[in-house]
Amino acid sequence: MIELSELLLLSAVLFVLGVVGFIIRRNILIMFMSVELMLNSAGLVLVAFSNKLGTMDPQVFAVFVIALAAAEAAVGLAIIVALFRGRESVNIDEMRLLKW
Amino acid sequence: MQEAFIRWIVLFPLLGAGLIAALGRRLPRAAVGILACSTVGASFAAGLAGYFRLADLAGQVHPAAAVLTDHFYTWMALGRLNVGVSFILDPLSSAMVLMVAGVSFLIHVYSMGYMAHDKSYWRYFSYLNLFVFFMLLLITADSLPLMFIGWEGVGLCSYLLIGFWFEDPEKAYAGKKAFIVNRVGDFGFLLGIILLFWSLGTVDFAGITSLAPDKLAVGGTWVTLITLLLFLGATGKSAQIPLYVWLPDAMAGPTPVSALIHAATMVTAGVYMIVRLNVLYLMAPVSMAVVAAVGVLTAIYAASIGLVQNDIKKVLAYSTISQLGYMFLAVGVGAFSAGIFHLVTHAFFKALLFLCAGSVIHAMGGRQDIREMGGLRTKLPATYWTFLIATVTIAGLPPFSGFFSKDEILWQAFGGAKGHWLLWLTGFLAAGMTAFYMFRLLFLTFFGRCRADHETSARIHESPKVMTVPLVILAVLSALGGYWGVPEVLGGAARLHHWLAPVLGNENGTFRFEAPHYSHAVEYLFMALSVAVAAGGIYAAWVFYLRRPETAGSLAGRLRICYQVLLNKYYVDEIYNIFIVQPVKLGSTYLLWKLFDVSLVDGAVNLTGRTVRGLGRLAARLQNGYAQVYAISFLLGVALVLGSLLW
Repeated sequence: MIELSELLLLSAVLFVLGVVGFIIRRNILIMFMSVELMLNSAGLVLVAFSNKLGTMDPQVFAVFVIALAAAEAAVGLAIIVALFRGRESVNIDEMRLLKW
Repeated sequence: MQEAFIRWIVLFPLLGAGLIAALGRRLPRAAVGILACSTVGASFAAGLAGYFRLADLAGQVHPAAAVLTDHFYTWMALGRLNVGVSFILDPLSSAMVLMVAGVSFLIHVYSMGYMAHDKSYWRYFSYLNLFVFFMLLLITADSLPLMFIGWEGVGLCSYLLIGFWFEDPEKAYAGKKAFIVNRVGDFGFLLGIILLFWSLGTVDFAGITSLAPDKLAVGGTWVTLITLLLFLGATGKSAQIPLYVWLPDAMAGPTPVSALIHAATMVTAGVYMIVRLNVLYLMAPVSMAVVAAVGVLTAIYAASIGLVQNDIKKVLAYSTISQLGYMFLAVGVGAFSAGIFHLVTHAFFKALLFLCAGSVIHAMGGRQDIREMGGLRTKLPATYWTFLIATVTIAGLPPFSGFFSKDEILWQAFGGAKGHWLLWLTGFLAAGMTAFYMFRLLFLTFFGRCRADHETSARIHESPKVMTVPLVILAVLSALGGYWGVPEVLGGAARLHHWLAPVLGNENGTFRFEAPHYSHAVEYLFMALSVAVAAGGIYAAWVFYLRRPETAGSLAGRLRICYQVLLNKYYVDEIYNIFIVQPVKLGSTYLLWKLFDVSLVDGAVNLTGRTVRGLGRLAARLQNGYAQVYAISFLLGVALVLGSLLW
């Protein structure tokens, strides 16, 4: 039996990895994957509490999060593909025209 | 009694002004002229109907109740303030309506001839009709705010018509001067209305007349202050010391405008206003004394300037100021009906004088200097005869109307309860001067030999019928108008005095005009003196300008300083320029504009703008376009919120 605290720790590690990855990597595709990592760490917390509390409600949430992530991935990847076609690059630092 | 047709007295000219303004450009000239005349004629007809209705009513009910009213609509109802657009026709306003509409009609007809060749014919008639509308509104208004609308409206039309030929900067400037000087007076007028509302809680004339004796102390500070402020408005509109300076310059307008606005109607508004509020003025003896003193001083002061002026219209302008002074003298000594009597006769003879001057100017091809005229008697017979009648009338010779009205004023100034021999003496001397300068004008213009150059004198011709017929009608009115006010001592009925009696004083008779108590012999003596001083003035003018024409020049040479002071109008324009106009201009330029406006107002606005802009520049640096910088600030923000929640 895995302890709740271990699961939460894992989730936190995953989340921090996602955040750090999002911030330090310049490749949009990697940044996008980091976002997915953060989403899934949140899903893991939901499932862990579902197991601990013995109710199914958090799992319903988790399924929603997965569905949402799927939709988001479709849109996000499409945008990345469009960006790459237009600029021949996936470096986030080159995409900074939207400012003052 | 409610009578719904009263409003049409006022509204017809407005209709005419609107129609001519909208369609005048496309209508033929004759149609514009006839339309303008007919609307004023319709007003006169309505006024006449109102007069007969009123006379009918006066026989049936108590005289004080013989008033026709017409409530058009409620203009504003705010708390205690309730002002309606309502018109009243009582003996006072009906007399004024008939005079104004009648004289206006004649001047409109005359204008059709005088302005026949002007390129802005329709604009002229539109303004003129608009003026008649505002003037009738001023007269028939039942409350001070509505009267104020008319008061400002006639000022506006006066400005538009003085500067009618605005291509000439000097004429446009004269219009501005009239408007700005009047603004000073109007400020006092408005303050007076506000104080009156503050102290009485009402602004309609019936309310003022009935409430003032109960709520205000006789001779108290309030009533004195209010009446003096209202009188300040009157000095502006009616060209009295110290605000008379605009009227001589107003002669820049077309001559029929001078006749209508600056002689017969608008400038008498101040006198009318005081008579309208006679109860209020009777409660303030100090104000009455001020009114009488200002009036008589203006009378002699303007008459003395008129002695030496060389522009035919300027002489008449100073004469108008002087005669208005007589009217204020009359109301100042409490002889309100004498003031209105002189107002009406003056409207006839002064309008006639101006229209004759217009006819002369027309004949002389625009020249106005009487030194270039002379000998016009045979060339302009109709103008000459009517001018002669008007001159005799204003000089005050019996049996013409001017004698009755002016003599009545001088008599009341001496013998009335508020009279004083000093007032009488000053007015008496001014009457002599009046006779002198008017006959000087007559002799220099119509007698002697023609001093115009050959080209001008060859083209001198009598004016067309459309101009001479109004002259003849006005001459008849000037000669016979005195019939309405022949005093009882001369076997007359003093009809105007009795007609106006119900509107003078209040109902229980606390404030009422008291007739002089002297024997008839004294009154006859004063009449004889008035005639004698007029005859003396005429004789002097005859000696100076006909019998020995060189006398005038040599006298002017001997009294060079006096002559120069008079010719330059006591240098009042220059004094005003140095002490009022220039300081205001300098103050506006350097203090208000360059210091206050540029440094303070603009400075504050610019400072605000620059501050916001600078702060924006700083904040804009945060938004540098790097998505990951946004992510970090987002993260920091979340950490901060969570941290503060968990703390």
